[in-house]
Amino acid sequence: MRVGLLYSRIRKDEKLLLGELRERGHEVTKIDVRDHQFGLEEGPDELTECDVVVDRCLATSRSLYATKFCEAYGVPVVNDPATAETCADKVKNSLALSSAGVPTPNTDVAFTKESAIESIEAFGYPCVLKPVVGSWGRLMAKVDSRSAAEAILEHKATLGHYEHKVFYVQEFVEKPGRDIRVLATDGEPVAAMVRSSDHWLTNAAKGAETEAFELDAEAEELVAAASDAVGGGLLGVDLMEVGDSEAASAPEEPSGDAAEPRDASYTVHEVNHTVEFKALNDAVDVDVPGAVVDWLEAKAGAKQEVVA
Amino acid sequence: MTECVECGADVALHDSAEVGEIVDCTTCGAELEIVERAPPVLDRAPELEEDWGE
Repeated sequence: MRVGLLYSRIRKDEKLLLGELRERGHEVTKIDVRDHQFGLEEGPDELTECDVVVDRCLATSRSLYATKFCEAYGVPVVNDPATAETCADKVKNSLALSSAGVPTPNTDVAFTKESAIESIEAFGYPCVLKPVVGSWGRLMAKVDSRSAAEAILEHKATLGHYEHKVFYVQEFVEKPGRDIRVLATDGEPVAAMVRSSDHWLTNAAKGAETEAFELDAEAEELVAAASDAVGGGLLGVDLMEVGDSEAASAPEEPSGDAAEPRDASYTVHEVNHTVEFKALNDAVDVDVPGAVVDWLEAKAGAKQEVVA
Repeated sequence: MTECVECGADVALHDSAEVGEIVDCTTCGAELEIVERAPPVLDRAPELEEDWGE
């Protein structure tokens, strides 16, 4: 099949994908979105001639528009723009998860410093302020006091892009020093790892240590539900263990009901739509790029059958 | 082999280098983007943007 890869930077993740696709004999077209124009009716030939396009844009803004254009040109794209739009914005992400009954941290959105401080005081300290768009743990603030909250809110309101004036306030989840990253294809887990750190942020990009993790039935159900909530696709689902962390992580004794957020052993804090997997691939025995390409082949094959 | 656009030192690309990949200059530490492979052409890598990520 002819596979297009939308990018503006080739990370190790993209190299792994490119290597796997080429090894299987697929025709791969790298499409640097910085080099092209996207018309309302006509797109770049390199793009429109593809059987399937994989969005690996590093910049969220480019990802959102480029996938929208793929859709407009009738080119199948992974992930589709609706999924990208939901995942790219933490507010939409949280709303989608909550609306689907997936346990997710309690969150308020406020549009002024005054209303945000009311939310922060209501959550109590510590709580968390997050940018609505952002990744890799950047610009996340653990708020420990009212004076810190006031300073952070003033900085966000004064110095930031208008999006920083959308105050996303979230409860602080007492996780056991780690969170869980699951790479899933249409809700089916490919592999999972824990990311551990002494820091409250446990992003791999922040240097957290990674280790393979075996999902229990409850976590698998949550991954499927979270994937469905955002529209499915190739996703990175992030979970935190809550309550009794040892019980929560014991695969043989799943507790709670995934459909009942208050009884769940996990909470899903977000779903990522241009998921990085190099750290996961190093941590687990699963051939992650191989599994991703298996899924892409099946997806492209299914679409071709529908067209035929 | 090509030259670092920041300090002029020699930079060798590995065999599996891809256009769009970032390499570090081992002399000055600059992040360099591979713009062409054959012959190799490097440029300064773009600065981190706020909406980058996954």
